[in-house]
Amino acid sequence: MKDLSLHLMDIVQNSISAKADKVCVFLTADNEADLLTMIITDNGEGIEEHLLKDITSPFTTTRKTRKVGMGISLLMASSNMAGGDLKIYSKRFEGTTLEASFKISHIDRLPLGDIAETMVTLIMSSPDIEFELSVSNKKDCFKFTTMEVKEQLKEVPITQFEVLSWIRDYINSEIKIILGGVLNEILG
Amino acid sequence: MKSLAELEEIRKKTLEQISLRKSNDGMRVIVGMATCGIAAGARPVMTAFVEELNKRNMTDVTVTMTGCIGVCRLEPIVEVIDKDGNKTTYVKMTPEKAVRIVAEHIVNGRVCADYTIGEADK
Repeated sequence: MKDLSLHLMDIVQNSISAKADKVCVFLTADNEADLLTMIITDNGEGIEEHLLKDITSPFTTTRKTRKVGMGISLLMASSNMAGGDLKIYSKRFEGTTLEASFKISHIDRLPLGDIAETMVTLIMSSPDIEFELSVSNKKDCFKFTTMEVKEQLKEVPITQFEVLSWIRDYINSEIKIILGGVLNEILG
Repeated sequence: MKSLAELEEIRKKTLEQISLRKSNDGMRVIVGMATCGIAAGARPVMTAFVEELNKRNMTDVTVTMTGCIGVCRLEPIVEVIDKDGNKTTYVKMTPEKAVRIVAEHIVNGRVCADYTIGEADK
């Protein structure tokens, strides 16, 4: 994967396959601790216990077509490469939380990439799932929820092109404000 | 500084358009978005389809995503399904190819044979 936004997109697909109807994404840049964390939480059906212990192995998968599943192991590699770590907590029939961290100043840390584009693509293809995005720099926090947008739109579908472009611009401008000071470093 | 209040304006504008819209003609574009697709660049391809279709005001074509189609080495893969249910599989997609497929296949009904899976292995 070229950047973290693509990893995010890939991991959220897991939540969608787990039949989640709410997916929350938290991005936190802590400059003092030199740590960027990406947390993805869903209320899907969770991971079975016997799979959970080897979940970061590329040979752990629930699909039937072949024996490999690369998503989580690739994110773990990206995270370990940048002095970070990856953890997964899951409870059957309650949901799953994935936490990946990265050392901001590490030379091998992937750039953040286009988070807004990832969110818009996810909303467009799964309009019935509620997505939440929180971006924080420890001082300020920006929160975007599809629920708020839907309330505002009433009968107009969220998949309307104009709405999606607005969401993209909105998320982009807020991410710039929140991560502004470290933006160049984080966007790479 | 943007705010949620701006959505009200968009809502009013699009409500007028929605009432003008024709019935759904059922053409579908499906983009493979598993790990293999995303890593190979499926996201910009999907964005290109959506933007190009909107430019041409073709609001009756739906663009969706699916998991791994099964030939990861040929990703990004896009399937176009026409109103009669005929499926065309395009492989090794790029945003540029997407623009051409919209113009030739979706608008004019001519399959872009040189981008299809049948051509890829020749």
